[in-house]
Amino acid sequence: MTPAIDVADLSVTLGGVSVLDSVSTSVDEGRFVGLVGPNGAGKTTLLRAINGALTPDRGTVRVAGQDIAGLGSRATSRLVATVPQSTASAFDFPVRHVVAMGRTPHVGRLGTRTAADRAAVDEAMARAAVADLADRPVTDVSGGERQRVVLARALAQDTPVLLLDEPTSDLDVNHQVRTLELVADLVDEGRTVVAAIHDLDLAARYCDELRLLYEGEIRAAGPPASVLTDATVEAAFGVRATVTEHPITGSASVTAFGDDGAREGDGRIHVVGGGGAATPLLHRLDAAGFEPSVGAVSADDRDAETARTIGADLVTIPPYAPVDDAARAAVADRLSHADAVVVADVTIAPGNRPVLDAVLDASAPVVVVDGRPLDERNVAGAAGRRLDDRLRDRSVVADEPRTVVDAVRRVVSSGTDGTPCRDIEADPRP
Amino acid sequence: MQQILIYCKHGCKTMNTRVRTGAWVLGLLCALVAVALVSATIGPVAIGVGSVADIALAALLDGTTAAPAGHRTIVMSIRLPRIVLGALVGFALASAGTVMQGFFRNPMADPSIVGVSAGAATGAVAAILAPIAFPVALPVAAFVGALLAGFGVYVLASEGGRTPVGTLLLAGVAIQTFLGAVVSFMLVQAGRDLREAIYWLMGHLQHSTWTEAGIVAAVVVPGFLGLLVYARDLNVLLLGEEDAHSLGIEVERTKRLLLGVSSLLTAAAVAVAGVIGFVGLVVPHVMRLLVGPDHRILLPTSALAGAAFLVATDTVARAGTAELPVGIVTAAVGAPFFLYLLRNREVRTP
Repeated sequence: MTPAIDVADLSVTLGGVSVLDSVSTSVDEGRFVGLVGPNGAGKTTLLRAINGALTPDRGTVRVAGQDIAGLGSRATSRLVATVPQSTASAFDFPVRHVVAMGRTPHVGRLGTRTAADRAAVDEAMARAAVADLADRPVTDVSGGERQRVVLARALAQDTPVLLLDEPTSDLDVNHQVRTLELVADLVDEGRTVVAAIHDLDLAARYCDELRLLYEGEIRAAGPPASVLTDATVEAAFGVRATVTEHPITGSASVTAFGDDGAREGDGRIHVVGGGGAATPLLHRLDAAGFEPSVGAVSADDRDAETARTIGADLVTIPPYAPVDDAARAAVADRLSHADAVVVADVTIAPGNRPVLDAVLDASAPVVVVDGRPLDERNVAGAAGRRLDDRLRDRSVVADEPRTVVDAVRRVVSSGTDGTPCRDIEADPRP
Repeated sequence: MQQILIYCKHGCKTMNTRVRTGAWVLGLLCALVAVALVSATIGPVAIGVGSVADIALAALLDGTTAAPAGHRTIVMSIRLPRIVLGALVGFALASAGTVMQGFFRNPMADPSIVGVSAGAATGAVAAILAPIAFPVALPVAAFVGALLAGFGVYVLASEGGRTPVGTLLLAGVAIQTFLGAVVSFMLVQAGRDLREAIYWLMGHLQHSTWTEAGIVAAVVVPGFLGLLVYARDLNVLLLGEEDAHSLGIEVERTKRLLLGVSSLLTAAAVAVAGVIGFVGLVVPHVMRLLVGPDHRILLPTSALAGAAFLVATDTVARAGTAELPVGIVTAAVGAPFFLYLLRNREVRTP
């Protein structure tokens, strides 16, 4: 089968700067492909080359088997519709008129629009949710509304291929989702869509495939989960990031970290977790370059899931079972090899007391996360409170997950004698 | 005013473009004929509207008239040629102005923005100052000068088959300034011819003949029809060149055509009438206010309104004891009216 879009060996230079360098990729009919990559990666340029708006230095673009360079604007405009990032709206045409301009490729210069043209315009406005703006001047509608007007115009153009440049950048969350769902419907109807999308989560959620573009080349291509990984995101965007599975949509979700994510950590960190309390800490420690281990947690706990995702060493116990001797021994083993121990704001219960006791006996420095108030997470009564006090006495206290990495770095670099250095994020309570 | 505007622009939504255009064109044609008839009655010899109509109909239908021969000569050989030529010049300037404002997406654009008028002025003043006089030299020199300047600006602004609109605008300003210097230099050297040159530069319709009107019509009518055919493309071009391309417009070819034809219209008008300012700037703005931005209706209505406006102002210009150059009247009447619209925010900068 001829691919809907076939880009071969495409090179583009703009203003003496090479923007695309030997890009080759193809898109099959009826697929929704997202172009992702940092600012200036060449996403818009690639779209402009596909619709023939610019002439490449080298290489060819074929749409439905036809070389775009050899087609006139009119023939191209019957194959490819484009929604640009921004549109001039110098004159106050009514919205309906702007959408009707989408029919230009189908109407002769002297011909009149037929009932079919009008029906196509009405349907396009209804699908892009701009029907109630039909008689407003396009200069008077908001930026997000105008973006949908231009989408309606592209729908009225009724082409097999649709190119979208940041179609959701000006939209509110409701219209972002509605727009991308509309695009997904169009794809189901057999159209081929290529969209440059900044929001990696939205791209992963709606696109069938992604192309990761940076430094003028396509560096990764395929299903979102294979294109978006910690390593590719770091390489493309230059930022430490963790890719997880979104709990609701199940698609890849990218969390980027700022400076605190610089990968300079080094050492084993044992994290005491449970009930998901350790999950954000594990991601951050992993992103910062530490080698975390977790335990003991229930085998079906969210923290266990996270540990498996990031490939951390994991000590588990059966669901709802207390920590047994074997688990306690396994934890003690991890503690003895750890450069530091982090205790998440876990529930203190008789069942996990053996683990916390083991932490008290450990020689490594300890960081305690002061998250949920103790009263809410202590089900071990007075014994739990005593345990918490003793733990805090010998620990550095970090007041939120974001500061834990800093605290861990400091205790690891200040030696492993286990003496508390409470100057960091001091506990406000006596 | 506001209510009328709202009615004109939005009150007739149920009407399709074709019907609206027809209604406006018919109305403006009637207005043009009325202005022309009234104009033909005004002058040193007062002739009634009835006789003017009678004389004109007789000439058109080859019939007879009861009007005295002297009146017939005045109407047919002096007043009507001038009125028809004035209408053609106003028609050409207003349609060229409409296209240029759309083309440049700039409210300041007027028919001579690419230096056409400056070129015409240079050619005309050179012809006036030339030691040898030919009877047809002045309009021909002005026409050639106009086209050379317009084409020169186009070539200067083009690179690699593309002509960016912004570059065109700036090249036009530069060439206008340069040619302005050339004209000023020639005027300083002008001596006895200074008065004639100044008079030409201000715009005038004196001594119009049917021959001139015929030649101008031969350029203006086909040119206008050509622009009208591209009205829809011009609409799409207003969305920006990149969008126009993706909607199937051959952008560079369409730009060349629009620019070339409207410069030709301007050159024809300027060659016979001199530099008449403001018609091509104000009339399109006013009509855009009345009929909206769609060039399928805006272009014909602006052209007809321009024709009527210039006939009316020229009548004012020649009605007094001493005849004024019509360019003075168009600017003196047009500018305050335009400012009124601007202050009431009825003209919006596109």
